[in-house]
Parts: sequence; C-alpha cells; structure tokens
Amino acid sequence: MLRIDDISKTFNPGTVNEKTALSHLSLHLRQGELASIIGSNGAGKSTMLNAIAGSFYVDSGSITLDGRDITFAPDHKRSKVIGRLFQDPMRGTAPSMTIEENLALAYLRSAQGKAPFSRITKKDKELFAEKLKLLGMGLEDRMSQPVGLLSGGQRQALTLLMATLVTPKLLLLDEHTAALDPGTAEKVLELTSRIVAEDHITCLMVTHNMKQALEMGDRVLMMAEGRIVLDVSGQERAGMTVDDLLRRFRAGTGKELDNDRILLSD
Amino acid sequence: MPLITQTALVLGFQYALVAMALFLSYRILDIADLTTDGCFVLGAAVSVTMAAAGHPILAIPAAMAAGACAGAVTAFLQTRMGVPSILAGIITNTGLYTVNFMAMGRKANVSLLRAETMFTLLRGNGPANGWIELLLSAGIAILAGALLYLFLGTRLGLSIRATGDNRDMVRASSVDPSFTVTVGLCAANALTALSGAVVGQYQKTVDINLGTGIVVIGLACLIIGETVLGRRTIAKGIVAVMVGSIIYRLIYAYVSYTKVVPVECLKLVTAIVVALAIAAPTIKSGASFEKRKLTAGRKGGR
Repeated sequence: MLRIDDISKTFNPGTVNEKTALSHLSLHLRQGELASIIGSNGAGKSTMLNAIAGSFYVDSGSITLDGRDITFAPDHKRSKVIGRLFQDPMRGTAPSMTIEENLALAYLRSAQGKAPFSRITKKDKELFAEKLKLLGMGLEDRMSQPVGLLSGGQRQALTLLMATLVTPKLLLLDEHTAALDPGTAEKVLELTSRIVAEDHITCLMVTHNMKQALEMGDRVLMMAEGRIVLDVSGQERAGMTVDDLLRRFRAGTGKELDNDRILLSD
Repeated sequence: MPLITQTALVLGFQYALVAMALFLSYRILDIADLTTDGCFVLGAAVSVTMAAAGHPILAIPAAMAAGACAGAVTAFLQTRMGVPSILAGIITNTGLYTVNFMAMGRKANVSLLRAETMFTLLRGNGPANGWIELLLSAGIAILAGALLYLFLGTRLGLSIRATGDNRDMVRASSVDPSFTVTVGLCAANALTALSGAVVGQYQKTVDINLGTGIVVIGLACLIIGETVLGRRTIAKGIVAVMVGSIIYRLIYAYVSYTKVVPVECLKLVTAIVVALAIAAPTIKSGASFEKRKLTAGRKGGR
C-alpha cells in the first residue's frame, strides 16, 4: 500500500543549522496494517509523516501510495487519499465555522461533494449527523455551533471523523492523543481503533506511549537519527514487554532512549 | 437637511460595497488587501470612461472584471511569488495608478457632461429628486450583499472562509489555499471596483486621486457596523457593513453640514477611530495588566 524507498531530507543545507532529518529511510506498509512509531525527540518521526503528507518534498528517494508515485504531488492533492491528525487538536478544524460546515469541507475530498457552487444538502446533513452519533459525544445535536466552542477532546474526535469521513488510503496520526487528558485520550484512541479496523485503513501512528505501541496495531517501528532502527511485528512482537523494547533499542543504536515522555509514561 | 440625509444614504449604500469587499478580504480571508484604493479608482475610471463612450450599463460588469483582474495580480504575487500579502497589495496599488491614468485616456480626471449614466437612464424624464439614485444604489448594495451571502454558503465559499481560519485544514480537505485566496481576492476587488463604478457614474466624474484612504474608510465602516450589530454570523456581518457604511456617511454629512469639525480633518478622525478600534483588544488587556500590577503592589505582594 505505502512504499517509501530510500528517502532523505536535510533542512537548511550548507548553513550552521543544517540538520539531516531523514536519512535513507525505507518502509513498506501492507494494506490495512497499523504501525506505531516510537523514538527519541528529534528522531524524525514527525518529519517522516510530514514527508508522506507532502508538507515538504524529499531531497531523494520516492514515495508510492497504492501504486501511485506521490513523491512530487503537492500536499493538497495527497490529502485526497491521506488523512492526518496532529497533536494539537486546534490544527484540524476551523474554529469560527460550525461543526456542519467543517464536516462539509472534509467531505470535499469525496467524489460527490465537488461542485464548487453547490451547497450543503439535507442528505449531507443526515450523513454528518449519523457519523457524529458514532462518536457518542452528543455533537449531532450541536451541528450549527462553531467548533471553537468544543473542548480539545471533542475537537480531536471531530478531526478524526473528518479525516476518515471519506475513507482515506492512509491515515497519519502524529501523537494525536498526547494533548488530551487521560480519559479523553483513551476515548479518542478507542474511536481510532474502531474506525481504522472497520474501514481497513492503513495507518501510521506516532506515539510516546510504548505500552500503547505494543498493544495497538500489528507492528512497532522505532526511529533514531532519521531512519528506522527497529521493526518488529508478528510473533516477535506478541510476547514483547516495554523493557524488551528498550533493550532492543539500545542494541540497535548503541544508545539509551532519551525521551523522558516515553520513559515516564506508563 | 433631508436632502443631505438622502445623499448620505446614497453614498452609504455605494461605499458599503467597499466595506463588503473588506469584510471578505480582511475579516474572512484575514488578509489586509491594500489593492483597495487603486482598485476603487480603477472601477470608477472604467465605468466613467465607458459611460462617456455611451455604455453606462456595460460599464458596470466591465469595471468589476477590471477589479477582479487587479485582485488576481495581488493574489498571484502573494500566493505564487512569495511576496508578503501587504506588500503585494501595495505593489499592485502603485501599478494601478498608471493603469488608471491609461483607463482615463491619459488624463487625471474625466467628467461626464451630457453622457447618460445608469441613473439618468433609469430616471428617463422623471423628476431629478434623488430617489432613483437612492433606490438604485440600495438595490445594488443589497443585491451584492445577498449574492455574497449565498456565495459564502457554497462549498467554494466554505473553503474560502476556512482559509482565513485554518489553512492547514483547507489543505487537508484537498483544496489548494492559493486557489481560495485568489478567488476571494478577485471577488473582493470586483466588489471594490463595483463601488467605484457606481460612485463614478453618480458623481459624473472620476479623479485619479478619488481612492485615497478608501481602505481606511472601508475599515471604519466595517468596525462601526460590527460595533453596532456584532459579527457572529456571516449574514450579520454583511448587514453590519452596510449599516456601518450608512452611519459613517451620516456622520460625515452631519460634520460637513454643521462644521463641528473642519471637513479636511475627517480623514484624520477616521484614521484615529480605525486605529483605536483595531488596537482596542491590546489596549484593554494592557490596561487590565497594569491594574493588576497596581493592586498587587498595594497589597505589598511580589
């Protein structure tokens, strides 16, 4: 489904701020696979997601999604088939617009909702209400309220719904529960698992929670210095504990994992 | 006095179109579009020149098209060429001075002496009591406002509104923000040019400096309207700019009539009002911080 071949990216080349963020990184994800990504600060986790989403173009290598080379496609074209959530719940929604209008925008990714001068139809509204009901937050009764009035958790759940309203080929989750309180985080995570499983969405999830990385999905990737240093799945992953993961990380990189948030989270 | 009120209403409706344009560019797209001054004159120049040539009706869409082109240039500079948005407007505005000069046949002003305007056409042989002017101006402003409202409810309109709110989210909805900014600025400048076109035919003259300060006056109207009516919804926002524009023109008429303030000071007063209104949130939070510091000091805290 997703094939990343030998991509590299250096920011500010030739200056004192030169930073190699991705270094000859390759990755292949199968259809419907959910992979968690963990790693130290600055390991390149978010950078990799940004490269896939098209926030910048890679210096070398290629990215192919579902057989289509998207290496040089601009981000707004890629977003037709790639859904994305950020850590900041504010980034995914337009605060001064209503829930309904936000969903209508997300629905622009579909084949139907294209005609630029068409308006939100009654049928669209029904579809939105039905989908909102699945979140179990009562948002279906507040569709004409501006999104700015919602809590962070509600906004993130709404963003999740918007990203998957038109089923994407790939879903990128960048610590999308990290800014939420534990209860809400759990709820959003559960929604994520359900939607991803129901629609068989291929998914890459950056997390700082190692337990979560081991529990959710099919595969754990660990990154360091702009490449994937550890890739465990199947049998090997099934019996793994957090300590095993840490040991493997040290063996792979010769360094301790220096991410306090990872080490301190339970 | 009634005549002055009537004239103020006419001008209020005519200039409301500029305020509407700024509502679209400044409030909705969150872009300070300084193309406005030159674009207003462009609309007036095209309109008056075409009316002089005997096409007062055709002059209106032609002026709007010219305005949209000016908006497209500003949008191109800021979305494709990386020119900061304020600078892009200033650059277009400067270039427009020459374009306007050309549009007026290389003259600094053009007058319609005996040529028909859309106002005289509509009046025919009726009495010249100014009601036709008021009705037509109000009709154009209300029609433009209604169309703008309908447009902002379409899917394209929604993406334009989201562009000013959260560009990341627009990209995530598979829409190119450069495109929505371009459409928004074209529409806004078409409105500004429409205002110039109507004003030009109403006053039967156009001067190369007609547009000086129009953008600040438009912002003043926007702010006055929002203060009176609030701006919670799009419909309210559009009505607010019309109301604001009328209030501004009534104040202007009152000042010119009674001369409580010398008329030549009005631009300064307008500028001060706009600056204060836009600075209000900062001034307010600064004041409350100072107040807190004072009370903390008095309690012997720190």
